[in-house]
Amino acid sequence: MSFLFEIQVEEVKLLDRYTAKKPAIGTLYLTATHLIFVETSCNTRKETWMLHHLIATVEKLPLTAMGCPLHISCKNFHVAHFVISSERDCQNVHQSLVRLSQPGKVEELYAFLYNPKQDEDERRNGWGFIDSAMDFKRMGLPNEFWEMTDLNKNYELCSTYHSELGIPKTASKGTVFGSAKFRSRGRIPTLSYYHKESNAAICRCSQPLSGLSARCVEDEEMLQAISRANPKSTFMYVVDTRPKLNAMANRAAGKGYENEDNYSNICFQFVGIENIHVMRNSLQKLLEVCAMKSPTMSDYLTGLENSGWLRHIKAVMDAGVFLAKAVAEDKASVLVHCSDGWDRTAQVCSLASILLDPFYRTIKGLMVLIEKEWISMGHKFTQRCGHVDGDPKEVSPVFTQFIECLWNLMEQYPCGFEYNEKYLLEIHNHVYSCQFGNFIGNCQREREEMRLYERTFSVWPFLWENRHQYRNPLHKCSLGREVLRPSTLPLNFKFWCGMYNHFDKGMQPKQSILDHLLTITQKKAEGEKKMTDLQIQLAVMDGVLADQGSPTGTPPEQTSLSPVSVSHTAENAKPLMNGAAVEEAEIELVPTAGSEKMEPVLFPWRSNMSEEGQSSSEITTEAVKLVA
Amino acid sequence: MEFSEHIKTANVEDVVLRRPFHPPMQGTLCVTGHHLLFSNRDGDSSRLVLLLLRNIDAIEKRPSVSSGTITLKCKDLCVLQLDIPGMEECLNIARSIEYLSSLDIVSDMYPFFYRPLKLSLQDQWGLSSPEQNYAQMEELQDRWRLSHVNKDYSVCPSYPPAVIVPHSIDDETLVKVAKFRQGGRFPVLCYYHRKNGMVIMRSSQPLTGANRKRCREDELLLQAVIDGSGLGYIIDTRSNQQAQQARMTGGGFESKSSYSCWKRLHRQLERGKVLQESLIKLVEACGDHSHSVDRWLSKLENSKWLSHVHTALATAGLLAECVERDGHSVLVHGSEGTDATLLVSSLAQLILDPNTRTLDGFLGLLEREWLLAGHPFQHRCAHSAYSHARLRLEAPVFVLLLDCVWQLARQFPLAMGFSEPLLLRLAREVYASDYGTFLCNSDQERCAAGVKERTHCLFQFLLKPSEREHYSNPLYEPTELAIWPSIQPQSLQLWRGLFLRWTQHAVHLEKAQEELRNLVIECRGAS
Repeated sequence: MSFLFEIQVEEVKLLDRYTAKKPAIGTLYLTATHLIFVETSCNTRKETWMLHHLIATVEKLPLTAMGCPLHISCKNFHVAHFVISSERDCQNVHQSLVRLSQPGKVEELYAFLYNPKQDEDERRNGWGFIDSAMDFKRMGLPNEFWEMTDLNKNYELCSTYHSELGIPKTASKGTVFGSAKFRSRGRIPTLSYYHKESNAAICRCSQPLSGLSARCVEDEEMLQAISRANPKSTFMYVVDTRPKLNAMANRAAGKGYENEDNYSNICFQFVGIENIHVMRNSLQKLLEVCAMKSPTMSDYLTGLENSGWLRHIKAVMDAGVFLAKAVAEDKASVLVHCSDGWDRTAQVCSLASILLDPFYRTIKGLMVLIEKEWISMGHKFTQRCGHVDGDPKEVSPVFTQFIECLWNLMEQYPCGFEYNEKYLLEIHNHVYSCQFGNFIGNCQREREEMRLYERTFSVWPFLWENRHQYRNPLHKCSLGREVLRPSTLPLNFKFWCGMYNHFDKGMQPKQSILDHLLTITQKKAEGEKKMTDLQIQLAVMDGVLADQGSPTGTPPEQTSLSPVSVSHTAENAKPLMNGAAVEEAEIELVPTAGSEKMEPVLFPWRSNMSEEGQSSSEITTEAVKLVA
Repeated sequence: MEFSEHIKTANVEDVVLRRPFHPPMQGTLCVTGHHLLFSNRDGDSSRLVLLLLRNIDAIEKRPSVSSGTITLKCKDLCVLQLDIPGMEECLNIARSIEYLSSLDIVSDMYPFFYRPLKLSLQDQWGLSSPEQNYAQMEELQDRWRLSHVNKDYSVCPSYPPAVIVPHSIDDETLVKVAKFRQGGRFPVLCYYHRKNGMVIMRSSQPLTGANRKRCREDELLLQAVIDGSGLGYIIDTRSNQQAQQARMTGGGFESKSSYSCWKRLHRQLERGKVLQESLIKLVEACGDHSHSVDRWLSKLENSKWLSHVHTALATAGLLAECVERDGHSVLVHGSEGTDATLLVSSLAQLILDPNTRTLDGFLGLLEREWLLAGHPFQHRCAHSAYSHARLRLEAPVFVLLLDCVWQLARQFPLAMGFSEPLLLRLAREVYASDYGTFLCNSDQERCAAGVKERTHCLFQFLLKPSEREHYSNPLYEPTELAIWPSIQPQSLQLWRGLFLRWTQHAVHLEKAQEELRNLVIECRGAS
């Protein structure tokens, strides 16, 4: 990472987004990769790092008495309001940021610069850490009904799919190729999840090119084959995740949905999730609500309602629950599609998998799921996340919604998941940060063409090394194979403060139950380890045991709890963290008796302290003084 | 009184009981003076459901030719249904419930009949007395004294017999001040901030009236409070306009000209009917499952409940900040000084004072600031969210307090020594209880009715070793620091434990709580 500052501006103010608190004063640096703000105004040295690629918008506002305001908002919902005294400096910073935050080419992304001091072997092994094909083995493939095919090995069948696909054993090559011709972009029905217990499967594809009346025998055969692969069931569901009206409009363009008369024994269903444009606008409105300076409770709730965001989250969740129910209770297979089958379909299939299979509720399982349903099935990360300068209409928070649904599930099942909220936030962050290669590119083929596996690193080993931070101390394995049946009553859908106000620390609970539990369980594990070590030492001293240098038979729990002790961690931990641009490093120069944590960060009741209109100035200035 | 004359049908067989999260149950229904008793003998196991009649807020009956259905809407927000064979039996039972659930005479109420084996009426009633409270705070004793001017409740009927006032103010002056304050509620000390010696006082509004009457003694008293520190704040829990209007009906506020060292801040907190209606709307929204997300949010907004939570916490934050950061003493009042005043002063104490955040300390706070300070529980909690009875003096001020405390505990999950189950238990007991604690409207009434001799004390019971653990917070780590809540709307949440308790089975959340408790105990054991 280069530390040559391209720009350095002194005396920059960082305003608090919500209150009229005294702004922080410091120096703003632009490096090749990051914006760094170093606060110099107080006795704690506070750094704020923002990765250029995470910046969604940068806006220069008209000059005010204080200086020239510069508003930056990031894709991970970090928002910073700077004021730069000289308009010219502001202009400079603005121009540089606009250029740096929107690279023209994929090759300019941070992942291609990022070097965590790993050697080539480690890089290669890292990319092999998660293998989605292994997951099909875990599900029991190949078996009597399903097999893996390499018909797509040169991406001839479908350019946006992975090279290895699960298909029903009875589907012939002709059927597969015929069906591909009848499906938008050749995205044929392929296996997403196979439910061993019921033999039912979830398959995914794109919309059929049925138009007003077209049919395709091979496609009908393909569905037949999927249906036959679940012999105990007399029918299968075909779920179109779009609103009916949208699907009908597509018919006029030669696309559309399955006609129940042409396909035998299918039960066709719309579930009504809105398209990427509606979602983008909805998020925009949600962020406007978050940006309100001192809203009343009514402003906030009305804004939340008008954004429609939680309505959309519920729609996605409802669809996921429908799929899981079909598989677990009706024991029927389901074929899911939307238009192209890479947005809503990915959301819904992955949610259903989590509901059905506890493996995906583990730290590693979620990696596998994201690799399988999102990365290898061609969710267009580059476009949806706006990694490079491109069509803004292709940007949409599809993955964010999936993560939010997952968070909702975790809220309902606090013991059901091996991972915690931090894990979701970290993954979400990396999807947008482009520090690692995983979420660059729109499909597998593109990634191979970019030689990502040789030029960038994979995020999964990095997350795995830090897994002790992402652990949910309340996780209960005893939930076993339980299928989750979450409630989707509207009142269960809450605003996710931890995501959208993650960087506004004053709004989060000031003490974290999670952190506390992680600390005490870690202490306990360390204590136990010390105990075992001592016992072994004693045993060695007594001559009961031979000295082997290290304790044997350490319980597995301890290994997973111990802090990462891989050789290279010490050197690369810091750059990694900084690279993620999420850390607000706080180095205390003068100890303040630990009162930092409890200090009120927000004093909105200050805003209109007096209604008598005569005493406000006096008290406000007094209030600003920090209690020593 | 003979309850039996109101019980025409005491027993009915083959009644079906329907309640949330349980399959319908068939059994025998029995009406007693204070309870509905439902028992079911299914094979060997027999199950008993006991419902305190006082808990019933509203009753709906739908009799038909040969049977009838009674829907019972309880004050703890649970809704039950009884299918009763026989129209006459149904009507009789409904009549009994209607009468017995709304007894007016205090000594007829169940706490006077509740005699569990484990408790004795000889046990101490209440946790502490004003004398003990005063004796414990040595720091304040050179400037503040304990006055017994109200020992026979003649100066202020809603105050306890002893109160803390400035040393320099004698009882005669207090009597005069009391005449100048509504209901005789002259300014008394409710919190002493050890760090800087500043205090929180509370009172009712001054009776300045339309012609701006003054009271020298009142001004003297307030002057004595800020003696030395120069400036004090008055937080009026009404809007400026409301305070102005109050003058027309004999009330008023401390004008700048008469109280030159005091600065008035107005914060409008809702009370009375507005608050009660807010609760009714919220509960209605929580019970209606037919709507969409949009409709739910719109109804939640429309109920305004969270707005009241927001305002209460914001005002308490302001009060605490005046004391802790600005270093000024503060007087709080609205009009009567028995509702919003107590809400704000107790929340501010929780923010500032670590002693009020322990289990004992919190119950002690409730005793001082609500029971002894004269919150009219019997009036405020006569009915809850379901009643169709015309509203009179009902208002869920205490429930609002509990909600605000829950919000504080959610933001500072390690700072409170007590747990959510305690708050839920209090929310239930305040409306219908086996214990005498929340009976009557003031200490005077409680003494007159013999509550302290003839009923058991809830607070004493909750602190028994058998109960303590359940009501303690396993994560508790005492901190001396003030706990400043965030009051951005995003930081406040609907209290599901209370309002959605019967809407949704929280079995997974309860398991998580249990798991958390076990985990903490396990880790403590290990270290």
